[in-house]
Amino acid sequence: MTQTTTTPKPTSSAIPANPLVRFLRATEIDTRLLGMVGALILIWIGFHLYGELVNGNGAFLTPRNLWNLSVQTASIGIMACGMVLVIVTRHIDLSVGSVLGFCAMIMGVLQVWVLPDYLGLGNPLIWIITAICGMALGSLIGAFHGWLIAYRKIPAFIVTLGGLLVWRGAAFLVARGETISPVDSTFALMGGGPYGSVGAVGSWIVGLLACAGIVWMILSGRRQRIRFDFPLRPVWAEWFLGIVGCGLVIGSVLLVNAYPWPKGIVAQYAQAQGIEVPEAGLFISHGFAYPVLILVIVGIAMTVLMTRTRFGRYVLAIGGNPDAAELAGIDTRWMTVKIFALMGFLTGLSAVVASARLNSATNSLGTLDELYVIAAAVIGGTSLSGGVGTIYGAIIGALVMQSLKTGMVLIGFDAAMQDIVVGVVLVLAVYADILYRSRTK
Amino acid sequence: MGQNPNTGTPLVELRDISISFGGIKAVDHVSVDLYPGEVVGLLGHNGAGKSTLIKCLSGAYRADSGDIFINGEKAEITNPRDARRYNIETIYQTLALADNLDAASNLFLGRELVTSTGFVDDARMEAETRKIMGRLNPNFKKFNVPVSALSGGQRQSVAIARAVYFNARILIMDEPTAALGPHETQMVAELIQELKKQGLGIFLIEHDIHAVMDLCDRAVVMKNGERVGCVNVGEVTDDDILGMIIMGKKPPQAY
Ligand SMILES: Nc1ncnc2c1ncn2[C@@H]1O[C@H](COP(=O)(O)OP(=O)(O)O)[C@@H](O)[C@H]1O
Ligand SMILES: [Mg+2]
Repeated sequence: MTQTTTTPKPTSSAIPANPLVRFLRATEIDTRLLGMVGALILIWIGFHLYGELVNGNGAFLTPRNLWNLSVQTASIGIMACGMVLVIVTRHIDLSVGSVLGFCAMIMGVLQVWVLPDYLGLGNPLIWIITAICGMALGSLIGAFHGWLIAYRKIPAFIVTLGGLLVWRGAAFLVARGETISPVDSTFALMGGGPYGSVGAVGSWIVGLLACAGIVWMILSGRRQRIRFDFPLRPVWAEWFLGIVGCGLVIGSVLLVNAYPWPKGIVAQYAQAQGIEVPEAGLFISHGFAYPVLILVIVGIAMTVLMTRTRFGRYVLAIGGNPDAAELAGIDTRWMTVKIFALMGFLTGLSAVVASARLNSATNSLGTLDELYVIAAAVIGGTSLSGGVGTIYGAIIGALVMQSLKTGMVLIGFDAAMQDIVVGVVLVLAVYADILYRSRTK
Repeated sequence: MGQNPNTGTPLVELRDISISFGGIKAVDHVSVDLYPGEVVGLLGHNGAGKSTLIKCLSGAYRADSGDIFINGEKAEITNPRDARRYNIETIYQTLALADNLDAASNLFLGRELVTSTGFVDDARMEAETRKIMGRLNPNFKKFNVPVSALSGGQRQSVAIARAVYFNARILIMDEPTAALGPHETQMVAELIQELKKQGLGIFLIEHDIHAVMDLCDRAVVMKNGERVGCVNVGEVTDDDILGMIIMGKKPPQAY
């Protein structure tokens, strides 16, 4: 590449002397993203060291724990992506935990009590019909909430507070409180576990596809800027972003492939396949779990929706100034219905993941999830006053919440202590965000 | 007695418009019309009902009673989308910008340019924004920051650019120069004259009486929601107009 393309055009402000500021500006890395990743790394190292020093066993930074962490984050993370849109448009959804429970119960009844009678037990159609019904049900409930909010002008807080009670009660009534288990065996794969993961080869394929995607994004972004004669990132910054992005992807592939199946499952599998298990044991990697891949796909799709479509632009505009959005010809009420329907859809999807992971449907599934989902979105930088929020932030927020929970379990904090810490962290995170915003204004 | 110098079908006719908010008659049986290539000033004290009247035309409000005619045909304008279909563009007094979005996103809000695959084409929108801002306000450089980071004048030029970009036939400007310095105000005055030459009809709400005398062909004065009268600006003095605004006194040339 020639020297001319490496020098960015002078921007309105002078080139800063501070090398860190210069670095951030050249790479266009969001300082908030950096802060969240930093906080996450601190939490991880902190728990690991605490375990190492106090319990003599640093169990946090192990493939096994990090793999489990990724699976446990999926359900909250999927819903947090939708909650970003709800909060950005100055609403709230307190009902997601209950809707999750209700959808899970309906899906449980459908796949265990109803469909096998018509299709036969183990029919491969069962899981897909069940999942589609669950997501459709979630969307309908969400759309109904949205309609009450937008067209009947009942505040979202009240509609979804009512929903929190109604759908939890309805979840109980579906089977009079009975637990329905086990779920369809194919359905259960969406919850993760040894069979619910893509394995070593699958993970490498996913990883290489992701790397190709990163390289393509950098190249096409650059081409686009050249086309319109906009300032370019320096070439070294493009390389840096590409290497860090691909490095993270390859690192996580190595990580999930380093976590082997447990011996019992290996023995069972070997027997079923007629393989001789050697003396030293058989190392079969988990690889990425299906729920994690679902979260990644949801995250990418929602990011595209928020940043590259009219729908996403309208979500942000409504959050920034609802009157201006209306005056610009946006049908803000219909948008509200669609946003809550989308939230409901993702809640239905999350119900699939959560009940599959549990291998059963219980009426208490998802209890208190609404608080974790809202906290994840808010820790991830979604502003409760509206107009600001990112999908990646919410997913990192979900990871932070789940890391705290898992970490405290590992070091032996009891449930009461866990609640206190999570509550304090939530308040502090929002306070830090307020300070950050007032400083960068 | 003066009379409307225009003949033929008006571009816009607001006929007998009334709207009230909880007992307050914000606009009380007001009629105004507007012809192509004409600038009609809407004058009156704060609270006279000027903004409310034009919001009935821009689709922000629905009149309680009265009719709107565009090119002689009765128009149903129930929301801002309807108004845009009639090529009505509005610069609101409040500017109506989404503070968290950048200039290009605001300019194209509700009418985003999309690529062949249906995704918003941010690069092309920014390029178009740079083009029109280069014409309207060459000093404008802040294309990649949310408009909340802009000065009052810069925000106003974004709102003006949005109204001008989409080839309006009917332009409503509600105090478009309120936040502008003298130099920028002069640029807006030139813009109004240029648009007028292109045959647009413009409703201009403006407090500066000299600007009204310079730019408007006719002026309609409102007081307490009612129409005081309309004058041809060339036939009256600024004191006549001030008398109408302050005391509601109709000079003999008014109609
Ligand atoms: N949305 C509204 N709700 C209640 N009252 C309103 C509303 N809009 C305007 N008004 C009232 O209508 C009157 C006219 O206001 P407005 O049209 O803004 O006046 P102007 O633009 O001439 O200064 C004022 O008394 C104002 O308080
Ligand atoms: Mg006004």
